[in-house]
Amino acid sequence: METLKAQQKKKTAKTAMKITGAEAIIHCLLAEGVDLIYGYPGGAIMPVYDELYKFQDKLTHILTRHEQGATHAAQGYARVSGKVGVAMATSGPGATNLVTGLADAQIDSTPMVCITGQVPRHLLGSDAFQETDIVGISTPVTKWNYQITKASEIPEIIAKAFYIAKSGRPGPVLIDITKNAQFDELAFTYEKCTGVRSYTPFPKPEMSAIKAAAELINQAKRPYIVWGQGIILGEAEEELKALIEKTGIPAAWTIMGESAIPTSHPLNVGMVGMHGNYGPNVLTNECDLLLAIGMRFDDRVTGSLDTYAKQAKVVHFEIDPAEIDKNVKADVAVLGDAKETLQLLLPLVNTNSHEAWHNEFKAKDKIEFDTVIKNDIHPQKDGLTMGEVIEEINIASKNKAVIVTDVGQHQMIACRYAKFEQTKSNITSGGLGTMGFALPAAIGAKMGAMDREVVAIIGDGGYQMTIQELGVIFQHQVPVKIVVLNNDHLGMVRQWQELFFERRYASTVMVNPDFVKIAEGYHIEANRVSERKDLKQAVQKMIASDKPYFLEVKVEKEDNVFPMIPSGASVSDILLK
Amino acid sequence: MEKKWFTISVYAENNVGLLNRISGIFLKRHINIESLNVSKSEIEHVSKFTIVVNTTEDWTRKIVGQIEKQVEVIKAFYHTDDETIYQESALFKIDSALLFDERQIQNIIKESNSQIVTVSRDFFVLAKTGRRHEIDEMHNALEPYGILQFVRSGRIAVTKEAMPITEILENAIK
Repeated sequence: METLKAQQKKKTAKTAMKITGAEAIIHCLLAEGVDLIYGYPGGAIMPVYDELYKFQDKLTHILTRHEQGATHAAQGYARVSGKVGVAMATSGPGATNLVTGLADAQIDSTPMVCITGQVPRHLLGSDAFQETDIVGISTPVTKWNYQITKASEIPEIIAKAFYIAKSGRPGPVLIDITKNAQFDELAFTYEKCTGVRSYTPFPKPEMSAIKAAAELINQAKRPYIVWGQGIILGEAEEELKALIEKTGIPAAWTIMGESAIPTSHPLNVGMVGMHGNYGPNVLTNECDLLLAIGMRFDDRVTGSLDTYAKQAKVVHFEIDPAEIDKNVKADVAVLGDAKETLQLLLPLVNTNSHEAWHNEFKAKDKIEFDTVIKNDIHPQKDGLTMGEVIEEINIASKNKAVIVTDVGQHQMIACRYAKFEQTKSNITSGGLGTMGFALPAAIGAKMGAMDREVVAIIGDGGYQMTIQELGVIFQHQVPVKIVVLNNDHLGMVRQWQELFFERRYASTVMVNPDFVKIAEGYHIEANRVSERKDLKQAVQKMIASDKPYFLEVKVEKEDNVFPMIPSGASVSDILLK
Repeated sequence: MEKKWFTISVYAENNVGLLNRISGIFLKRHINIESLNVSKSEIEHVSKFTIVVNTTEDWTRKIVGQIEKQVEVIKAFYHTDDETIYQESALFKIDSALLFDERQIQNIIKESNSQIVTVSRDFFVLAKTGRRHEIDEMHNALEPYGILQFVRSGRIAVTKEAMPITEILENAIK
């Protein structure tokens, strides 16, 4: 019936110079500069797939093996490229499978547009086959969402979707399009969206706030910067670098902000948070001025809020007014895009070096090196550590790789020890902590930065949540390097069980398959290392390959990640062992 | 921080789904909406949500921040009871026989400043507009005689201070 209707419409199209909604969707995507989308077809989105077939020379569609993979691939693409990632799925289960990726993109502010098919308008609400209220379901995990039921709405709504996803604090947008709107015709014209009257992407900076911030910076004896992903999303890396170099302020990062300033930069003092560096955590409670730039004081960063930086004045540079005073009260709030506010701030701050203050970081670094890092990177024991694997990847890739991590111990170790020279290089699931993120995200990251080495570092647990995406890597020969750090456990949960649940290892022991054979089943070259003497060469061989490559490293089964701020404890009470 | 009554006023585009988006913000924080009213506002095509909550000012401020962040919300404010002029409306459906059998009913109608909306052989309907406690008092007075049906509206409120929505919209268009 619908096909018949579509054929009839097509006949009239020639005379009326109109196109179908499905074709209009493709033209909208092309007009937004999209050349790559990830997705999975199905009944309610078939008219759009039919157009994708016709436009395949202009728009590449990558068939992921699960819709969740499509969202994470779109996220990986967006995070390395700064562009909007696009994922597509059918109605019902196709749409609900997007929810985890939407939630991940929402909490990590990743620009993404998801397009879902929906049952025809006349069947809405009738519990039709593969009908689900995806607009209702996705509302709490999207920056914006909308259901299109008329073909004529398509151009304006898709233009708005891209504008909203990318502008201000970025985020995911879901557009649900009923099948009748895909078949029906419209007179197509496209205009990019430049504004929505009810939406202010970011507040205009107030000079008075910037002056107040500068005054506090100039007076401070022990100022300290913690930056987050806002620097990367706002492309304010140069501005931040200029600020720290002029003021001499030690600067630490949240894992979402990592790689914005090279690891080797002398003013980059390391990572904050639950498994962050010792100095950056402890000295948070000893600074007299805390400059938080493009970060949102997540509980994994702050530990107990009652004891977080209480001695310090707090200046919060932030694009999203709802973040001000949400977790930590700001003495001065500087609203606006970080690039703009830091540019305005720079001429107002005095040159300084804060040498004695830096020495305190160095002293803490030495303690951490002697008690933790030395054993992680250069272990004396037999079993392989995750840290030494990361170090070998640093060496083999000359610190130039994009590192994509999943969630758990390997993620914390990778964030702690991976070295970066270039921004947008640390792709991880920060806020949501989505196991299964890394493999599909690495596919997207590689396709978004084909000139760069992309190494996915994944635990044996998370790997098996989206392992089917090896099919994409094989089919499209996406030359990502996959490293599974296999401890045959859900390592982070096991660590908590060891420390806080008296070693009752409930459901954290994994009996794993032969990962090498699985990779080989997908015709991906694969290797396994279980002894230290083979590690360096194995990593070098992997990096030297210009094809997809899988490396399993059998690491110590019951290693813990330290330092650690126990959940709910103060940053001052970080444990070194 | 002590819990208080706050009236949240939200000016927003009149779009399907926005109510769900706004109510979800309360749900996410496990805060009950005491009263909700959606109507048109003084500006064409702009809806006004009037939401009453009983919580701390800190939570209210954070919720309003999250509401205002929604793409289709133009502006959200919160006010204490002292800062607003507010009313609720209620309808009482009562057996007509009581009008004649119970003399006290007529006194209640007079004293409560309510209006008789309709009278039929079987029942009559009283409408009362006022503060919540006034409606509660009237309800308590009538209850012993039997109320066939009762319904109360959400709070509606205007603020004592100006709400510069038109200016916000004009600036946005610029």
